[in-house]
Amino acid sequence: MSELRIMRGREWSRPVRPARREVLSATPELEEGRPPLLFVPGFGHGAWAFAEHWLGHAASRGFPAYAMSLRGHGASEAAPEATLRAYAHDVVQVAAGLPRQAVLVGHGAGALVVAHALARYPARGAVLVAPVFGGWGVLGAALRRNPSGTLPAVFGGPLRLSRGQLFSRELPDEEARRHVARLGRAGRRAQWALLGAPDAEPAVGAPPVLVLGSPDDRVVPTSALNGVARRYGSAPLLFPGMGHDLMLDARWAEPIDAILDWLEKEPATR
Amino acid sequence: MSTSTDHGRPDPEATPSALGRDDRPVSDRGDTVCVIGAGASGLTAIKNLREHGFGVDCYERETGIGGAWNWRHDRSPVYASTHLLSSKPFTQFPDFPMPDSWPDYPHHSQLLSYFERYADHFDLRSHIWFGTEVIRVEPAAGDRWDVTTRSTGGYGPERTSQYAAVVVANGHNWSPKLPRYEGLEQFRGEIMHASSYKDPAQLRGKRVLVVGAGNTGCDIAVEAAQQASRCWHSTRRGYWYAPKYVLGRPADQVNDALLAMRVPLRVRQWLYHWTLRLTVGDLTRFGLPKPDHRVYETHPIANSQLVYYVGHGAIGPVPDVARFHPYAVELADGREIDPELVIFATGYLPRFEFLDASVFGDSAGVGRPTLWLNAFTPGHPTLAVAGLVQPDSGLFTLSHWQTVLFARLLLARRDRPERAAAFAQKVRDRAGERYSAHVKDSSRHWFEVGHADYLRAVERALHDLEGK
Repeated sequence: MSELRIMRGREWSRPVRPARREVLSATPELEEGRPPLLFVPGFGHGAWAFAEHWLGHAASRGFPAYAMSLRGHGASEAAPEATLRAYAHDVVQVAAGLPRQAVLVGHGAGALVVAHALARYPARGAVLVAPVFGGWGVLGAALRRNPSGTLPAVFGGPLRLSRGQLFSRELPDEEARRHVARLGRAGRRAQWALLGAPDAEPAVGAPPVLVLGSPDDRVVPTSALNGVARRYGSAPLLFPGMGHDLMLDARWAEPIDAILDWLEKEPATR
Repeated sequence: MSTSTDHGRPDPEATPSALGRDDRPVSDRGDTVCVIGAGASGLTAIKNLREHGFGVDCYERETGIGGAWNWRHDRSPVYASTHLLSSKPFTQFPDFPMPDSWPDYPHHSQLLSYFERYADHFDLRSHIWFGTEVIRVEPAAGDRWDVTTRSTGGYGPERTSQYAAVVVANGHNWSPKLPRYEGLEQFRGEIMHASSYKDPAQLRGKRVLVVGAGNTGCDIAVEAAQQASRCWHSTRRGYWYAPKYVLGRPADQVNDALLAMRVPLRVRQWLYHWTLRLTVGDLTRFGLPKPDHRVYETHPIANSQLVYYVGHGAIGPVPDVARFHPYAVELADGREIDPELVIFATGYLPRFEFLDASVFGDSAGVGRPTLWLNAFTPGHPTLAVAGLVQPDSGLFTLSHWQTVLFARLLLARRDRPERAAAFAQKVRDRAGERYSAHVKDSSRHWFEVGHADYLRAVERALHDLEGK
């Protein structure tokens, strides 16, 4: 990770233009003093991906849960020229607007957005789910598995993820098709950032970070998953047999339960 | 979240009291750090010390947070129309942005709600003892500090607690600086310091003289132009009145775009003069004195409206006041004017009445300590001042990084003592350093800093402390 940077002249002189954001929430009936969770979906996904199962489940276990759509996704304002920095700005804005210090949970490329947001907001903790930090290895894997969906993205077109990349065979076809149909696209500049994003600055306040994923993920190769976990000084928690979209796949309850168990045990987030 | 306005709260850790100096009982607070004041700088000190694992006791003389920015406080200098002078990116804490929905230059009431949200978000209130003022801070053995407190107002018993470190964040905009004038006692009109100015209704229908061309003086002159029957604005010298927007954007963002490109000062000054020429042009034709310095050499005045009202004739620029007569004010050029109300917007002076001046290297006792980075005291490695800077931009970013640096210094004292010792040596060698282009001196402007120069210096200090 790069060094702590105090001088942020370019950020100060060119603030990110505000955009209307969609935030869905599910809060427990009884306030139990648990930290709020903010779910950040990956490229193409919106807050709906978490509203499906995880939001309600986290709330039922006593965690106030929020899911947002990055600009240009879900019901947030359209933003074709969005950058990675604008996405991180969106996350920090929503997190700082929550009543208490939040835990950031990023999925896919949303985990990369979270990693950048952590440098601008002192999260209570962070969870990176099947993190896509980009790089040529990830591009290679995507080109091999889904050449027609990936190649246009290299030239600024939309990145189209396929059912086979996102879900295991356990998920009923009809449900998988419904999810794939809802996918949108990220801004092209943000997509390109996956090939050469500057390293995230160090996280403010050194929050504990949990990395989890699936060895059968067809978007994130195991080596990439291990690489991200190593960066945060740990090994990934694995859920074999699941696809990339752990929050929508058939066995969605296992990873979210593991996340909530970790939060309950971790001293910083208890 | 617990509230802590109750004074009867027991000691967080009931340590058996030892007898300290003068046989007063001193309760030992271990590694806890004491923060004096729960204004902007104090709040960020609590948050950053907590984030680095320290226990914190903060003492606040008022019953709420926000310090100067809380208009309910009797020492608050804000008036009804106070708005920020620096735009949001320069004003907010670097890790807790203001909402996107707020304007470029928020109002003071929004700023207070920002601090309230900051305190709630990071659960800071449970570390603050409200209604408690610090009356003495004395060095103790082992670089520790004895802090003596009592209830605000002076009643109730005194208590002394010993802390591992102290952050002084008592603010510098509450002790009015009043100039002396011949004949001021005989003047029959009304006189007030800007600190007592709260509402434009105080000006309505009166003949008003505003003294001082700081940002407050200019704001009040503009309000007097709208409300008073007559307004004179007296300034000692000519100033540059910077508009709040240039080239379609907040002016400070344009300036920092140039700073980010490392455009030299001379070029920035030239560009600035040239931009001003495109808008209001030569101010001397309105009777305003010609600035005797180049732009960026005094504290910037961000006011788009002053020149506008001068141009409408609603503000009459006048020179310095020479002396007061019972029913008139004589000016330096010999003219006499007859205001009913004189407002001195002549600024404030920092004061640390709880601390022996020699601790700060301020042997003359004039409230002008000798510090490095305006925060660190030679010979006292566990004492820091937060927010004693007058930047050409927002203050809170600077306080934030000051307190981060102090928290990391305290960690280094424990984990890497050789680094902390090198830091202490640097504090001794470089105390009194300045962080701005040449600034016209006054009793206040010694702590004026350029935000870019200053933050670069803090960044270097942080990297030196933690580098490999």
